[in-house]
Amino acid sequence: MRPGRCLPVLTILLFGAMEVPAQAATIQITATDLVFAPAEVSAKVGDTIEWINKDMFAHNATARNGDFDVNMPPKKTVTSVLKKAGTVEYYCRYHPNMKAVLTVTP
Amino acid sequence: MFVRLSAAMAALSILGSAALAQGAKPTDPQIAHIAYTAGVIDIAAAKQAIEKAGNKDVKTFAQDMVRDHEAVNKQALDLVKKLKVTPEDNDTSKTLSKQATEKLAELAKLKGAEYDKAYVANEVAYHKAVNGALETQLIPSASNAELKSLLQTGLKIFQGHQQHAEQVAAKLK
Repeated sequence: MRPGRCLPVLTILLFGAMEVPAQAATIQITATDLVFAPAEVSAKVGDTIEWINKDMFAHNATARNGDFDVNMPPKKTVTSVLKKAGTVEYYCRYHPNMKAVLTVTP
Repeated sequence: MFVRLSAAMAALSILGSAALAQGAKPTDPQIAHIAYTAGVIDIAAAKQAIEKAGNKDVKTFAQDMVRDHEAVNKQALDLVKKLKVTPEDNDTSKTLSKQATEKLAELAKLKGAEYDKAYVANEVAYHKAVNGALETQLIPSASNAELKSLLQTGLKIFQGHQQHAEQVAAKLK
């Protein structure tokens, strides 16, 4: 086998291997006008949450049970990976009226 | 306290009565000035609270006020720049600033729990007064759509501040 042939094979193997964790989904949760939307989201352990802050204000998504605490700078998107299963109520510490629920299944 | 409180309310209603008397609305440059001034006042009060407050919730609330009001005022500055509008000083802004300076001096004399309570009580009253003025005077009078929209966003966040202040006040009792 010539060395040049190895590369495509390796590439396929590499991407094939990556497909296993790639089953995890990316879910968007948006903060707009001081509201988290959707207010209720279901996800699985390993899924990525894209926290999109469309407001001019800094927010955060703070789990009441301490499972996560994500800072959401104004007009920015940040991501976090869900590590633990459970039904988690979260809120914004800066704007306690902003509340939502994230249900994480194993 | 109550005298000051009603004085602050009166300051915010000056615009209303003057406008009614003349049948004129405040102009956009005046509205921008009043809204910006109202923000500056709350930021100054919050910075004092960050230094003086003993209670953790009160301090955190004050930090929230600085963060949000600075964000709104930055947006307001960007908007007037974009619209090429120069905010215009007016009697309402002047009265607001004068009373705020007095209030700050009054709060400066207080200490500990007494200060915490007085600051939070004033925050409840102040946000109530500003929200009332936004709702009944400033928003309806604004002619530029972007200014109106910014004031509406302001009202929404300040209503949240009022509730937040009320919750902090209830915990201090």
